[in-house]
Amino acid sequence: MKLKHIVSILPVIGLLVGIPFVNRAEPYILGMPPMMFWVALWTVLTSVTMFIVYKLEKKQESG
Amino acid sequence: MNIALIIIFFFLLISIYLGIRSRKGKDMELEQWSVGGRGFGTVFVFLLMAGETFTTFTFLGGSGWAYGNGIAALYIICYGCLMFILSYWILPVIWKYGKDKSLVSQADFFAHKYKSTGIGVVVSLVGIIALIPYLTLQLKGLGLIVSVASNGSISYNTAIWIGLISVIVYVTLSGVHGSAWTSVIKDILILLVVVFLGVYLPIHYYGGFESMFKAIETADPGFLTLKGNGLSVSWFISSALVSALGAYMWPHSFGAAYTAKNPDVFKKNAIVLPLYELILLFAFMVGFAAILQIPNLKDTDMALLALSKASFPPWFLGVIGGAGLLTALVPGSLILMSTATLISKNLYKPFKKSASDREINIVAKSLVPIVGLIAAYFTFNGGGAIVQLLLMGYGLITQVFPSFVFSLMKRNPVTKVGAGAGILVGVLIIAYTTITGITIGQIFPAIPQAIKDINVGIYALLANVVVTLIVSALTKRVNQNGLSQKTESTGKTAIK
Repeated sequence: MKLKHIVSILPVIGLLVGIPFVNRAEPYILGMPPMMFWVALWTVLTSVTMFIVYKLEKKQESG
Repeated sequence: MNIALIIIFFFLLISIYLGIRSRKGKDMELEQWSVGGRGFGTVFVFLLMAGETFTTFTFLGGSGWAYGNGIAALYIICYGCLMFILSYWILPVIWKYGKDKSLVSQADFFAHKYKSTGIGVVVSLVGIIALIPYLTLQLKGLGLIVSVASNGSISYNTAIWIGLISVIVYVTLSGVHGSAWTSVIKDILILLVVVFLGVYLPIHYYGGFESMFKAIETADPGFLTLKGNGLSVSWFISSALVSALGAYMWPHSFGAAYTAKNPDVFKKNAIVLPLYELILLFAFMVGFAAILQIPNLKDTDMALLALSKASFPPWFLGVIGGAGLLTALVPGSLILMSTATLISKNLYKPFKKSASDREINIVAKSLVPIVGLIAAYFTFNGGGAIVQLLLMGYGLITQVFPSFVFSLMKRNPVTKVGAGAGILVGVLIIAYTTITGITIGQIFPAIPQAIKDINVGIYALLANVVVTLIVSALTKRVNQNGLSQKTESTGKTAIK
């Protein structure tokens, strides 16, 4: 298993670990309940993670 | 003729025009018709993949889920993101194999990998059984949105016929090119409409998002958190995982992977598509906004339409109706085309081996109106059976995932009989639990609540994998014994 594979699994771990922690009614963040805010943030982080995976792969191909 | 009607017809005519015009300058042989000649770039593949996310479900189901089930609706965004992570790794593999072997359908992939037309037939049948209810769902959604948005000027049945005939015309003529081009206008329109509704309605009725959520929490404490049982944390995570595993096993999603001109397209899309999922948050906001404004809706799927009707003038309802129409036409066209391709290539061809590519092409296009009429029949007369099939859809389609993963291994431990047996067992478990309504908790009442709440699709997948491996081990042994006997008689050694 290479670094790019490990990095791409991080969002899955983030989901498994994060959801139980944010399953509460307060505090509101940017007007959203904690779980909604976490899912929105996690979605953005997933996109960033896949960008890093893509760059790692390109670096590996050129190197 | 009212203004909403004019606007809805305007969008319908644009979609038909784009759908038909997209075939210009192309010879519509099967590969061009069903997989776009494997020449789509990042934008078109993005739109085809996003088209899967934004169906009539976005309008009705997404907001309806938030209205009826609260924060649990967020699992839909989570499974979308997980499926895009998966797409980064599996779609390039599907694309490369498809290009090397000139494949045009999902069942082609399995038939080639397992060197068995029988497996192709099994995968085709599972796909068709899941796809027809999915198409009827799109048609029902279309009928509902257009009839409500036009304030009854277009009846539910008439709306379905207009939408279905339009999509049959441009799918038959243009295939996947028609779907790709109409999805351009669909995505622009739905983006504008859903984001506007999701921002405007909470501000209009509550003064903002936070005050809306506080009002909901006061009225129904616990609605904005997952429950201790039922829609719990373990249900949430397991449902997101099982839905993500099955997402690209839908024949029309799997087939869309063949359309790209190179595998890099999927990798770029896997970066951008999770951000696109955030649009669903705005659909959920509409559902949340409707909870206290239009309480006690019998049909929660009506949340967005009911609140919009109470909030906007007819011309804007026409825009919503136009967007709703397009969200049904694009996925509907992909489903129609995939089903026709599956039947012609993987059910007709195995029984008429002499059929030429030209004949298969003609059969596929001829099947489009027939499949459309079958879907229309179920839409108007389906009743409970079609609802049951729809509930099973994701569970059914996910059952081909283990055989798919095994087929990617350098030394595939699974035989064609093992793959077929695993799929069959998984499908039977899903069918039995859906039809009888029985749960794991009822079968094993002593197990912890968190395990009871795990999505039944996970258990079906586990059983599927176990049966696949056991049957494969047994049939491999039988095959080897058979080969040994043969080689003994010829005096040669076949097994190293």
